[in-house]
Amino acid sequence: MSLKLNALTSDTYTDISQYRDQHFKGNRYDQEKLLKQSHTLYVGNLSFYTTEEQVHELFSKSGDVKRIIIGLDKIKKTACGFCFVEYYTRTDAENAMRFINGTRLDDRIIRTDWDAGFKEGRQYGRGKSGGQVRDEYRQDYDPARGGYGKLAQQHRSTEARNSF
Amino acid sequence: MSRRRHSDENDGGQAHKRRRTSEPIEIEDRLESLICRVGEKSTSSLESNLEGLAGVLEADLPNYKSKILRILCSVARLLPEKLTVYTTLVGLLNARNYNFGGEFVEAMIRQLKETLKNNLYNEAVYLVRFLSDLVNCHVIAAPSMVAMFENFVSVTQEEDVPQVRSDWFVYVVLSCLPWVGKELYEKKDVEMDRLLSQIEGYLKRRVKTHVPMLQVWTAEKPHPQEEYLDCLWAQIQKLKKDRWQERHILRPYIAFDSVLCEALQHNLPPFTPPGHMPDAQYPMPRVVFRMFDYTDAPEGPVMPGSHSVERFVIEENLHCIIKTHWKERKTCAAQLLSYPGKNKIPLNYHIVEVIFGELFQLPSPPQIDVMYTALLIELCKLQPGSLPQVLAQATEMLYMRLDTMNTACIDRLINWFSHHLSNFQFRWSWDDWSDCLTVDLDKPKPKFVKEVLEKSMRLSYHQRIVDIVPSTFSALIPAEPIFIYKYADESASSLPGYPVSITVINAIKNRASNEEILTILKEVPNPNQDDDDDEGEAFNPLKIDVFLHSLLHLAAKSFSHSFSALGKFHEILKTLTESDEGKLHILKVVYEAWRNHPQMTAVLVDKMIRTQIVDCAAVANWLFSQDMAHEFTRLYIWEILHSTIRKMNKHVQKIQKELEEAKDKLEKQQHKRRDSGEDEDMEKNSEDEEGQLEEQIERLQEKVESAQSEQKNLFLVIFQRFIMLLTEHLVRCETGSVDISTPWYKNCIERLQQIFLMHHVTIQQYMGTLENLLFTAELDHHILAVYQQFCALQL
Repeated sequence: MSLKLNALTSDTYTDISQYRDQHFKGNRYDQEKLLKQSHTLYVGNLSFYTTEEQVHELFSKSGDVKRIIIGLDKIKKTACGFCFVEYYTRTDAENAMRFINGTRLDDRIIRTDWDAGFKEGRQYGRGKSGGQVRDEYRQDYDPARGGYGKLAQQHRSTEARNSF
Repeated sequence: MSRRRHSDENDGGQAHKRRRTSEPIEIEDRLESLICRVGEKSTSSLESNLEGLAGVLEADLPNYKSKILRILCSVARLLPEKLTVYTTLVGLLNARNYNFGGEFVEAMIRQLKETLKNNLYNEAVYLVRFLSDLVNCHVIAAPSMVAMFENFVSVTQEEDVPQVRSDWFVYVVLSCLPWVGKELYEKKDVEMDRLLSQIEGYLKRRVKTHVPMLQVWTAEKPHPQEEYLDCLWAQIQKLKKDRWQERHILRPYIAFDSVLCEALQHNLPPFTPPGHMPDAQYPMPRVVFRMFDYTDAPEGPVMPGSHSVERFVIEENLHCIIKTHWKERKTCAAQLLSYPGKNKIPLNYHIVEVIFGELFQLPSPPQIDVMYTALLIELCKLQPGSLPQVLAQATEMLYMRLDTMNTACIDRLINWFSHHLSNFQFRWSWDDWSDCLTVDLDKPKPKFVKEVLEKSMRLSYHQRIVDIVPSTFSALIPAEPIFIYKYADESASSLPGYPVSITVINAIKNRASNEEILTILKEVPNPNQDDDDDEGEAFNPLKIDVFLHSLLHLAAKSFSHSFSALGKFHEILKTLTESDEGKLHILKVVYEAWRNHPQMTAVLVDKMIRTQIVDCAAVANWLFSQDMAHEFTRLYIWEILHSTIRKMNKHVQKIQKELEEAKDKLEKQQHKRRDSGEDEDMEKNSEDEEGQLEEQIERLQEKVESAQSEQKNLFLVIFQRFIMLLTEHLVRCETGSVDISTPWYKNCIERLQQIFLMHHVTIQQYMGTLENLLFTAELDHHILAVYQQFCALQL
């Protein structure tokens, strides 16, 4: 007799996003399956200065954190503004997606997304300059993420040379 | 995707209504959507939407009757905040189709029986309330509803049943009266009076030992924390005195009165409440949370009084909205803020009060704590001009009343406030709270500020905290969370462990093997014993100290570094902590080094339990030890203890699950063998497999028993320690003729309560042992009272 109404069981904050890891070893279906079972979250838009301790404090609010891996610049090996948070249970990760995603850490609105699972190598930025791809091309000035984007920095230094 | 038949596409100019060819499943989804969303986001009135929907459903009844019945039964159960919208809809359908009305009532009764059988008592309340409002829609005859209520109230005459059982049946009847009291009194006033008088008698007899354990504040002023049935009774009494005039509930059926009163009514079948079953789980009693009254909302509509039925209905509906939408915070906030009739009430105040009521609910909030933080942030975003001010006012009020607030609730307030501030650049008028600087630091107000600053620091960094508070608050600023390295420089050279620590550090840096390091450690003198122990295997606290302290120093950079270090030298650490004393000492070493960084201490303890370097009982003993007495009232201590208990519980559950799975596997295997026929080889293989499974089950059985024994022991240790500490304090106060109610005592006794409340499910299993061994009649009555209150909850 009891019916689960689709209209009422909406839980969109835990849906998987459009992002798919291009380096994932396997097909789309495999990746999506893993995302739907995952206990691991990607966390983005962090300040370069945000510490593992801060991440741990915030994300512990939705459950016990198993592991945090801070994302690193591939060349400098310093934090480059993202991390992975792995929980012991799926439920705890879901609650992070529902209640921590889109709120602030270190005064910045952070974004969480499902991750298919940490593998060695995935802790490095994939931008040409060593950091994240988004920091290669962005035009704005963000003091917590190294200032201007890498491309914009090059242009600026070229301009500076030219105008002097 | 709908499949169009090609022939339909070339209709030419004919304007007849063509029903799009769709899969039946899509029509069912559409019906669901239409019903669930009726009245939402529409430019037409609710009444015309209902009228339209009734027409659509009536047309669909021939083909989709059973689906429509099921959807309507579900919304009755799952959307109680829209109760009167759906009773109106059912009323309209009944007026158009009497048989459908009858079938719906029958379906609802079936659903009611099922929810009661499955211990879904909260949902059952909504179902009964729905049925009672159907009286207002002329679907159900009033006398038959009164008869059902009479059967419910007769449960109060049952003997030898838990009080929470009869409580529930009384609660259901009372909670329907705001909706249907008027109608029932008009038709059957004599019977209703008798009913209410029976209820009154029951309420007078009820035992209320449990109430103190559930109250957020111990003070009666400014708002008494009333037991929920007492409050509801007062509200119904007032409603009766007002001759059942109730003006808050939205009643769409009034607009359709002329249509509905033409409809034929159905009689509810006689409903006997199901008897009490031993495994029944009735809802726990609760206390009504109030923090605002009409004096608090300065302008605008007046807040309904605490004993007005409007207050009950508003709070019910707001709780229901949160229950429906908690997973989607934006939707939840929007639904709360679009509460019908919001212009006549100070809605922001009601919302804030209901949210804090849930956050502070004892034993635990209905949803995870962090949901309420996220929800309040969304509400602030949607009402930036008004809600933040109400929230600030509420925070101020909660601060003012900290002296009498339950410790567990203060914990939640600390966590909420610091997390909230971290989303708003920690902006707060700290100077307004400078009164907390004038009293002892162990008093609730300065303690609260101190803990808030500590948690705020964890979400930011030390200098940030220094910057955000006035300099007068410096005593409350947390210590800088850095490692305290005792072998730091030459001045430490006199310490007994100093020389070996240098050697150990160099060995680790040069990637020495475990054997090499253990050899180095053999050189550490043992302050505990004589020289005639050649083995050096006995517990040597200095050895543990030198090794672990040095290791932690090398790994102090981050959590990951420290975890990695614990992992790398796991073998050595296990060797050093084989004995109980070893386990206790390792915790001591961690604490000494990291005493300014409680967060690091907590994560290291967690890691050491998970990697079995220490066990749960060792952690409990350490927290209650004399060495930690000065930290005993700090929040992080209790977070470590509760986390430890939770890990123990999860461990037991995990092994129990493995055992169940193995048993299931064996059963399946046995079935397979029976069904597989006479093949000899297959039989032999099956037998072998079964034999293996049976062995595995035996091993798991032992593992479960051992884990449960460890769990029971953990609780015994914790309760014993509490009893010792509290008894000591009480005796000391009595002999010295001093008041027992110090801040320490309040904290300690409430922490004991918190153990019971937070882990009641597990503790239930060990009640016998607890009563026989620990909570006996010889115990001081202050301590015994906590145990008795817990028993009275009949969890």
